[in-house]
Amino acid sequence: MQDTLAHLKRGERGIITDVSSIHIPLKLLEMGCLPGNSVELVQLAPFHDPMYLNINGTHLAIRKETAAHILIDKVTL
Amino acid sequence: MSKQINVALIGNPNTGKTSVFNALTGLNQKVGNYPGITVEKKEGICKLPRGVKAHIIDLPGTYSLNASSLDENVVIELLLNRNDKDFPDVAVVVSDVENLKRNLLIFTQIKDLEIPTLLVINMADRMDYKGISLDIDYLEEHLNTKIALISTRKNTGIDNLKHLIANYKDISVTPCINASEIDKTYFENLRKAFPNQLIYKLWLVITQDVNFGKTDRKQIEAVDDFKTKSKADLKRLQQKETIKRYQFINNVLKLGQTIDVSQAKDLRSRLDRVLTHKIWGYLIFFVILLTIFQAIYDWSSIPQDFIDSMFTSLSQWTKDILPQGAFTNLLAEGIIPGLGGIVIFIPQIAFLFLFIAVLEESGYMSRVVFLMDRVMRRFGLSGKSVVPLISGTACAIPAIMATRNIESWKERLITILVTPFITCAARLPVYLIIISLVIPDSRFMGLLSYQALTLMLLYLIGFLTAVSSAYILNKILKIKSKTYFVVEMPNYKLPMFKNVAITVIEKTKSFVFGAGKIILAISIILWFLASYGPGEQFNNAENIVKTEYISQNLSNELLQQKIASHKLEHSFIGITGRAIEPSIRPLGYDWKIGIAIVSSFAAREVFVGTLATIYSVGSDDVDTITNRMSKEINPITGGPLFNFASGISLLLFYAFAMQCMSTLAVVKRETNSWKWPTLQLVIMTAFAYIVALIAFQLLK
Repeated sequence: MQDTLAHLKRGERGIITDVSSIHIPLKLLEMGCLPGNSVELVQLAPFHDPMYLNINGTHLAIRKETAAHILIDKVTL
Repeated sequence: MSKQINVALIGNPNTGKTSVFNALTGLNQKVGNYPGITVEKKEGICKLPRGVKAHIIDLPGTYSLNASSLDENVVIELLLNRNDKDFPDVAVVVSDVENLKRNLLIFTQIKDLEIPTLLVINMADRMDYKGISLDIDYLEEHLNTKIALISTRKNTGIDNLKHLIANYKDISVTPCINASEIDKTYFENLRKAFPNQLIYKLWLVITQDVNFGKTDRKQIEAVDDFKTKSKADLKRLQQKETIKRYQFINNVLKLGQTIDVSQAKDLRSRLDRVLTHKIWGYLIFFVILLTIFQAIYDWSSIPQDFIDSMFTSLSQWTKDILPQGAFTNLLAEGIIPGLGGIVIFIPQIAFLFLFIAVLEESGYMSRVVFLMDRVMRRFGLSGKSVVPLISGTACAIPAIMATRNIESWKERLITILVTPFITCAARLPVYLIIISLVIPDSRFMGLLSYQALTLMLLYLIGFLTAVSSAYILNKILKIKSKTYFVVEMPNYKLPMFKNVAITVIEKTKSFVFGAGKIILAISIILWFLASYGPGEQFNNAENIVKTEYISQNLSNELLQQKIASHKLEHSFIGITGRAIEPSIRPLGYDWKIGIAIVSSFAAREVFVGTLATIYSVGSDDVDTITNRMSKEINPITGGPLFNFASGISLLLFYAFAMQCMSTLAVVKRETNSWKWPTLQLVIMTAFAYIVALIAFQLLK
């Protein structure tokens, strides 16, 4: 199964592969959430939601339900 | 006179755009509203070299020209309308040095509109610290622009920026990229259909839900070809456009910017590890809240006592110095006590705005949003509702305006509807005066004062009511709306003194003057209504009372008091008050409190001023309002009017009732319908009445 951002654990990294889902707000892309960019999970709120991410240097938080639409490849360190 | 240059400041939120604005204009600025909407319009004048002046607008922060909120609409409406009197001669895009890439997105969009565009890179003082170096010449060449590298914190580069603004005509208007490549045939058709229009402007008009003077849009939709694209298709094209822009930006930055990561000292991640921690994060947030409240009450009481006694002496002084007459009475009994009622809580409001400004400026507020989102969502709110709920402790009006960045309409609506339950600063004077009258001034276990505990309890009640009504509304309201949530987590910054000071001064000023006008008007009206009356009973009061008490041989002083109260009872206000008295007697109030409650519907803080005015009319001795209230006697029981039962009932009434015209007006504007403010008014007030009724009947 394809990994999504929602599967990321704390401190893990990934490379964004696909953001074409209609459920992803344009604003997120504008903030740099684009294919090819690296993403790191900085912090999780209780219950894994929302997620505090570092996408290519931009720090932002999104809800898990949105994260589940963003496809990634996990990067093993 | 030379023409003013119109300058628009544009940029992402949290990039220090406001600092640049403050650096350019100083205190030479004013905050107004855009016509018809409540978006704050900040504008100011900046003196440029050689006597030229620039008119500067600080536009709301936005990530792109694809608007998703009212605030962002303002930006694109202005940039697309060349006939607007504020249409910029030059657009100044403000970026910070760390987030240059993200800010260049909107920069390239504005360039496509062929508006001369300057790039300001702020926080240059942090470059070494972050290991960033920039090749300015290279960037200027490839972005077709001029760049001002500045630091508002260290106050460097501002003169260069002014120089560049003055010479805006030298800036190239060549676009950076060709957006029409994302769908060549579509854009080619667009070009053919509207040969005289700028192609990128047409594209924005098609994709945005913005009001551009309707004709533009209809024209485009009238041409068959442009209906064929579905919403999803358009969104896909927008995604494509964004990706294309970032490709361009990445290519430019590859050579124009180097970041040496090993140089970067990361304070952020260390702070975040604690401040967003599952346990420590919440604990720290709670401690911060406690500190704020503690500080506000402790620190404000000294200036407040001073203001209180000052106004009392001012009243007395006016009476002594001016010749007796109607005007003196109006001044000493109507206007001065009325104004005293508002001036007294300037210290508290200023402190509240100070803390909120510091939390926002430092970047901490976003962490709170992150921490609270999950919890708030259970109640149908958003993490972003925390900001309005906290600002609501100052005033519901800015709080309701702060809901704009909540993306989901349902979550935003619920936040707007429940925010007025939060104990705002206007309730404070009412609470404080009643608490001081009815709650004993002693300490629980010799430590915690009962009065302070009551006050805390009232704040808690306000908050819990807000949250539980949100829960109920979430169950009742059947609104489908997209529920995404994106919040930027800006880097931590030491708040800049100048920014915080300007915010505190501006907000306090507008709050005090806004409320001050209402209070002044109401005080004057009330004074007239209380000083004049119809018919024999009022005009002949002296004789009537004298005849009535002729056998009792009263002292002159007592007789004068009887006359004054007889007059008041038969004045216009007394007649009105006694007409409504039956409906409020079950709550434990007399007609004077009734009048105060009715006038409170203009604004809650009017309560104290109203009672001050009513009790001042006709009495010669000047006393503090608290003393006067404690002397009031309930004519039925013979005990003091403000006792435990009626006091608690009043406190609860003020905790729940919707008594603020300005809030209702803002809710109307923000929800664009009378339905919601009407519901708020009716439901909250009815609820307040019932709770106060039950409380009084149980306690009496």
